[in-house]
Amino acid sequence: MITASPTVPARERAMPGWLRRVATPKTLIIVVVAGLIGYLALVPLYYLIWGTFFDANGFTMGGFARAYGDPRVGGMIGNSLWFAIGAAVLSLAVGTALAYLNVRTDVPFKGLFFAASIIPLIIPGILYTISWIFLASPDIGLLNKLIEPVLGPGFFDVFTVWGMVWVEGLHLSPIVFLLMVAAFRSMDPSLEESALMSGASRWQVFRRITVPLTRPAIVAAVLIMVVRSLESFEVPALLGLQNGIYVFTSRIYFVLRSYPPDLAAAGALAVGLLVLAVIGVAISNLVGRSSKNYQTVTGKGFRPRPMELGKWRPVMGGAIVVYFFLTVVGPLLVLLYTSLLKFYQAPSTEAFASMSLDNYSELFHISDATTALKNSLLLGVGSATLVMALMAVGAWMVVRSRIPGRQLVDYFSFTPLVVPGLVLGLALSFVYLRSPVPIYGTIFILLIAYCTRYMPYGMRYAVTSMHQISSELEESAQVSGASWWQTFRRVLLPLLSPGLLAGWIYILVVSFRELSSSILLYSPGNEVLSILIFEQYENGQFTVLAALGVVMVLTLAVLVVIAYKLGAKVGLRQD
Amino acid sequence: MLRINNLVKTFDGERRRRHSHAATPEEARVFAVNDVSFNVENGQLFTLLGPSGCGKTTTLRSIAGLERPDSGTIEVGGRVLFSTNEGKKPVNVPANERGLGMVFQSYAIWPHMSVFDNVAFPLQVKKRGDRVSRKEISERVMRVLETMELANFADRQATKLSGGQQQRLALARALVIEPPLLLLDEPLSNLDAKLRESLRYELKRVQRELGITSVYVTHDQVEALALSNSIAVMRNGNVVQLGRPREIYENPNCRFVAEFIGTSNFLSGNVVSKDGDRYTVNTVDGQLVLDSAATLPIGTDVIVSVRPEAVEVSTRSRAGEVPNEWKGTVLTRAYLGDSLDHVVGLGKHELRTRGNPSTSIEPGTTVYLRMDPAKLVLVPVD
Repeated sequence: MITASPTVPARERAMPGWLRRVATPKTLIIVVVAGLIGYLALVPLYYLIWGTFFDANGFTMGGFARAYGDPRVGGMIGNSLWFAIGAAVLSLAVGTALAYLNVRTDVPFKGLFFAASIIPLIIPGILYTISWIFLASPDIGLLNKLIEPVLGPGFFDVFTVWGMVWVEGLHLSPIVFLLMVAAFRSMDPSLEESALMSGASRWQVFRRITVPLTRPAIVAAVLIMVVRSLESFEVPALLGLQNGIYVFTSRIYFVLRSYPPDLAAAGALAVGLLVLAVIGVAISNLVGRSSKNYQTVTGKGFRPRPMELGKWRPVMGGAIVVYFFLTVVGPLLVLLYTSLLKFYQAPSTEAFASMSLDNYSELFHISDATTALKNSLLLGVGSATLVMALMAVGAWMVVRSRIPGRQLVDYFSFTPLVVPGLVLGLALSFVYLRSPVPIYGTIFILLIAYCTRYMPYGMRYAVTSMHQISSELEESAQVSGASWWQTFRRVLLPLLSPGLLAGWIYILVVSFRELSSSILLYSPGNEVLSILIFEQYENGQFTVLAALGVVMVLTLAVLVVIAYKLGAKVGLRQD
Repeated sequence: MLRINNLVKTFDGERRRRHSHAATPEEARVFAVNDVSFNVENGQLFTLLGPSGCGKTTTLRSIAGLERPDSGTIEVGGRVLFSTNEGKKPVNVPANERGLGMVFQSYAIWPHMSVFDNVAFPLQVKKRGDRVSRKEISERVMRVLETMELANFADRQATKLSGGQQQRLALARALVIEPPLLLLDEPLSNLDAKLRESLRYELKRVQRELGITSVYVTHDQVEALALSNSIAVMRNGNVVQLGRPREIYENPNCRFVAEFIGTSNFLSGNVVSKDGDRYTVNTVDGQLVLDSAATLPIGTDVIVSVRPEAVEVSTRSRAGEVPNEWKGTVLTRAYLGDSLDHVVGLGKHELRTRGNPSTSIEPGTTVYLRMDPAKLVLVPVD
């Protein structure tokens, strides 16, 4: 029917049959998207390995020897683990306790939980760390000034490993909180009620039923938090470097900032960090898979009666208020306070008298600030749009198509999740330092970095909304005679758009706060907001920095509210 | 054995308040259970039956101690578990100190424990004073597993059991402490029809053998009729009728009960004469005589409930010999295997009849319907 038709145009007749079947817009789009996903995921890793193990003379272990031969390396690894495990344990203890209180008890102030749960999104790590320096630095910390009359100067010292654990652990605790809220909610409440009916006390129920049943979630949360703390750059760089406390990330940064930078040694450290991260993620996946046999028949989901705390209710309420002050109010208030001062000082009548909005008006006069804001916006919008466009097609391939190798697309799009930001930055500089196309030193290298880092989030949003669309909608479009591209554009895209938009805003939000990849890739003139804050901290311009920080937090808060309204999975959802 | 007096439970109607004109939270409160009282005798199986949202589960959970009622008293075997009587000290025994057995709708089998451990748990968590030895625990668990025919599965992971076995395991766990009262919250609703039927008899057997007083919650009228010694039909937080299964089925006291239990035809009419218990009622489609113990004056509007199986369909008339013969035309028929339904058109209405499948009449045929006065039920207009 095809070849015999006399109406076939000459151009098509010139093509062999197999080529005509393959060279459709559908194939073209799919090949390009799959290629881009693979490129973004694999090329940096390839160059990282290559740049670490090969130099002008071929294979070498020199980088490793220099990186791990240093006598301080033992301390560095020790610090890394101490910091990562400490922060994970702190965040787990706090987050799990809060989740249990919120889901299962009649604890007061439940409204505060939502505010606390979106904190990691709206206060970037760098601002959070700086706030804690303002609060608990031995020299200038406000908390230290407050208790100086009682306990003497410098009682709190944030520039220690314990200080790092404290700041990172608190910043991560809302993430654990959200994970554990999900775990507690998905548990059939009658499992606990039946133990109660069997005569078990509240404590026995918690110890023998609740904890064993949520153990998979707890283990997964610990591992994720360990990996995230290992990857954290802001806290170790700002708090650790001051007293020579190195962890993997700050060591990599230090090696690259020394002169001459030893790329191979930095690569060796990055490979080490990557291996640790992969191990953590792999274990948590294994745990997640083995936990499936805990699913039981679920009933009608009678909302359990919240446990009455009785005389403990005010105590728990007090604890929640303290937590809220520590994680939300304190850091925000100290930023706001600092942003209104002429120079950084402890609160006093003079300090309050000297307050003005000068720092904010100065922001308009620093050309760097407007450029940075513009760059951050451009990069956020650019990477969010690119990622969601790619992932809409990528998700179709993974969820709907029968194309061989579609699983690879899935794996590749999630690969960047295990690559620490700093490692990705280093790997990309390996790639584009060697690339003949002038990308290094332009804003495009940041765009590539952001697209790579946020590809997994985009994929998750797109796949979730793709799963919600019945395949029959698509099939009925095909039966009606629509081509693949028409089906995609006229049926799938409109139906996917709420999910894609939510993902778009989420990526915009997270890319706004990106620091650990940018720090290795930016060049003068291409600063983004977080870089500018980092530079100003190093230059000691605390007051202007605080004003910039307040502007940034407000912008992020607005974006998060929009994302929430659009149904993005941010913060706590009351049901 | 179990005495419930004036039980009231309201829920905070915050959501409803926003959509209605109720000015205060008090006005917006939703009554889940509104002044419910009943007694259950020793060894009886008592069923709370009603559509979803009628308050049956809330009543059960209040007995269990999982829900705190607003007021009322709950007493099991003379022991006050809950009381808000004026003048006396309020009592609210926590769920874990009530010592009752309960089977949940989802079974709530602990997936991280073996079959044995699931059943042993209630014995293991007993207060220090009444704790039993390890040996005795093992004996008692095995004994109850034996009764439930689960002894061979003792070491198996609980989640590896089939639906019916999980149900029996949940029952075993509830019974191992030999509770004075067993609470069952729709225990059969998660099973398929076939299994449900066989487990229904199994449940009845165990309950009768152990002589354990039970409160059973269900929305399935067949289950309720088959299992119960007595039934309380609930609606909107109230008990509308309380009685033995046969009473409830044959003598519903209102249209709701007649409709909810089984299927029924409803004919509205008016009492025209009365001679002792024998009433004559005029309906649009003709006159009916029926027996009723109700005392209704002449002229009262009533509804006559006619069960489909109380109507005899025939192609021959026996007018004059028997009362209540109406003439109609078969509209459709439906073969249901163990019975056959005819829908018969009367002047204005249709009447559903159910009979032996051997009587099957072609649609369009003129037929005579005969209704036994003893099987017709007079229901007051709501």
